[in-house]
Amino acid sequence: MRSLTRRIACIALAAWTGAVAAPALPAYAVTPQEVLADTALEARARGISAELRCLVCQNQSIDDSDAPLAHDLRVLVRERLTAGDTDQEVRDFIVARYGAFVLLKPPFSAETLLLWLMPLLALGGAVLILWNAFGTPRKAEAAPSTGKLSAEEQAALDALLKPEQDRPAKN
Amino acid sequence: MIIEIGHFALILALLVSIAQMIVPAWGARVRDPRLMAFGEPAAMSQLALILIAFLALMYAYVTSDFSVANVAANSHSSKPLIYRISGVWGNHEGSMLLWVLILAVFGAAVALFGNNLPATLKANVLAVQSSIALAFLLFILVTSNPFERLDPAPFDGNGLNPILQDPALAFHPPFLYMGYVGFSMAFSFAIAALLEGRTDAAWARWVRPWTLAAWMCLTIGIAMGSWWAYYELGWGGWWFWDPVENASFMPWLAGTALLHSALVMEKREALKVWTILLAILTFSLSLMGTFLVRSGVLSSVHAFAVDPGRGVFVLSIMMLFTGGGLALFAWRARDLKQGGVFSPISREGALVLNNVLLTTACVTVLVGTLYPLALEALNGSKISVGAPYFNMTFVPLMIPLLLALPLGPLLAWKRADLAAAMERLIVAGVIAAVVLVASFALTHRGPWLAPFCFAIGAWVMAGALSETAFRIKLGHVPLAESLRRLVNLPRAAIGTMLAHFGVGLVVIGIVGTTAYKSEAILLMKPGEAAGIAGYELAFRGAAPSKGPNYTETVGVFDVTYGGKPVTRLEPSKRLYDAPPQPTSEAGIHAAWSGDLYAVLGDQQPDGGFAVRLYFHPLVRCIWIGALVMFLGGAVSLSDRRLRVGAPRRAVRAATVPAE
Repeated sequence: MRSLTRRIACIALAAWTGAVAAPALPAYAVTPQEVLADTALEARARGISAELRCLVCQNQSIDDSDAPLAHDLRVLVRERLTAGDTDQEVRDFIVARYGAFVLLKPPFSAETLLLWLMPLLALGGAVLILWNAFGTPRKAEAAPSTGKLSAEEQAALDALLKPEQDRPAKN
Repeated sequence: MIIEIGHFALILALLVSIAQMIVPAWGARVRDPRLMAFGEPAAMSQLALILIAFLALMYAYVTSDFSVANVAANSHSSKPLIYRISGVWGNHEGSMLLWVLILAVFGAAVALFGNNLPATLKANVLAVQSSIALAFLLFILVTSNPFERLDPAPFDGNGLNPILQDPALAFHPPFLYMGYVGFSMAFSFAIAALLEGRTDAAWARWVRPWTLAAWMCLTIGIAMGSWWAYYELGWGGWWFWDPVENASFMPWLAGTALLHSALVMEKREALKVWTILLAILTFSLSLMGTFLVRSGVLSSVHAFAVDPGRGVFVLSIMMLFTGGGLALFAWRARDLKQGGVFSPISREGALVLNNVLLTTACVTVLVGTLYPLALEALNGSKISVGAPYFNMTFVPLMIPLLLALPLGPLLAWKRADLAAAMERLIVAGVIAAVVLVASFALTHRGPWLAPFCFAIGAWVMAGALSETAFRIKLGHVPLAESLRRLVNLPRAAIGTMLAHFGVGLVVIGIVGTTAYKSEAILLMKPGEAAGIAGYELAFRGAAPSKGPNYTETVGVFDVTYGGKPVTRLEPSKRLYDAPPQPTSEAGIHAAWSGDLYAVLGDQQPDGGFAVRLYFHPLVRCIWIGALVMFLGGAVSLSDRRLRVGAPRRAVRAATVPAE
């Protein structure tokens, strides 16, 4: 239920802000007119587009989105590539204008440290917890058993057995 | 009048849920069989009352009673009957009503089929289950009442979002909710076990069928959503790592881990504490999914309720149950006795590995989903975490899981012989190697990683079959003997095989469509032809057409393969009447090798159309695989051991005094 409505929402939003240029009809994600003749360059453009977020949509790349803003960004990406920019230069160019929010793959920084390290931390944590889970009984076994109940254990047993003994009397 | 009856029934259900929460739990505490037995009729009447409320709302939708605010806001008289029915849960209020209805169904199922449960456990389970119902009934009645009236009633309704008017989406929410809510059973059993301070193999045996049923529904629910996205969104995407998708995927991952750890607990009395924790966490993730979707924290079409009051309410419910459950766990878990020593190379060890990887994957998805929210709340900086992050972190965790998957069922409990298990997988290994070489040969210019992933998928599928072949001694005894053994195999073993085979199929489908998808974006005039993946599509033109509540432009493509006619595809662009919204209906031709997928775009000034053609190799395997997993669960659920549960002797002793 996600993206189509979002696309529709994007179209509505764009129409509302008056951003729709020539065609009044909703445009599709990558239109035939946008596609570059140079297939290698076009492939790079698609790769970059898939990692850039459409700013008027939720969690959708500009490659998938058909909002006019996404169209503008796709054209921009292709212009930069045609001008001879590297992929990284294109990304930097877009980030300089729209902020790190456009990157669907957040850069590794102090802010995203925990994000990128969490899978490793979680793996370590899960191993630790489960190692304990099947390590404990062995430790418990290692303690020599006297074969007799301690005073506490005897009290607990009595408490447990008491209701059982009482019950027939009640009934 | 019927609406008021529904409203009244819902209030009565709330009162019943209060009684059902207190009386049986108190009875279990003072060991009074009469008080404990109160849980059963209470659960049944709670179900009856909520069902009355639900049917009343459905009646309002079917008869298009626009004096009900909820119907006026979400329905329209021109809508086909099936979407007037599914419209009941196509909005916030109605979907919450469906949520409590399913909760009540599960509660009543314990009351009906839980005859072999110890009386105190049953009473506590019903009480905990009812406390969840109480929280959500209160939520509905206080913040999201579907029975509110409008005066004056409008002439017609606003209509249901057209993209929700789809057969797969009509039944996507009920399955998803059966999954979410089904995990409440695991939660209730876990809390009841902690209250009693006692769990054993029998506990795990009671919990497993409920968890399995919930897991099956969630699997199908997620698969339906993904299938819908695939054919409806217009480019064949089937998974987006969207926060809302993640919200349903996290309970699935945790639930899958729970299914496996409960197995260890049932068979070997080990991993008790962990299983209880996982049961609490799985349901907490379901509640979090409900919170994320219902609160509007993530703005998305799922978030019907962009109302902070509701968000805070659901958040409180989530905190109460998660926090309460974990606090009780911290307090009582120590009392649970651990049993079952095992060496790392054993069935238990394999299942522990399964749990480590699945929970880590779940945490990864959780962090990726919530990190932007948390960061923004902390220092206001906005970042995006999208598909590239999840692909980089989630996929590497799945690879060891898939590699180890066929080994697990072949290892013996307690202490296993790894070499012997490997030996039984030689055939599977050879098949995987052949697949690896063959896919390299066939796709020599494709991505180099994809053939390895195909091989992993083949390894999982062949491994699943190998395990069954080993169990029935295929090739070692006469075929008739093998068949006899196959028939006598426990259903759970066949279920395991099917579910694991399904996982392999899903992998093959994902790799096929992700790595080898081809597409063509072009302008076509009537009479022109275009080719993709060996298919030739001749565009005959486009014509307007009218449906029950929409108008559309239908494009006609005659498809041939090697000169032979294959099919005619008719993709269309629709415009719905109420609310006026455009949608795109793709033309899809399904074959074993993959799907041919055509989308009609905008008309150009020169009379041509923008057309997008795709070929999605093997994409059907994803949903067929999910279906096979579902079937595996169903076969396993029909196993006698799960139905019988624990010995019957305990039953008589517990229930007779109640009468």
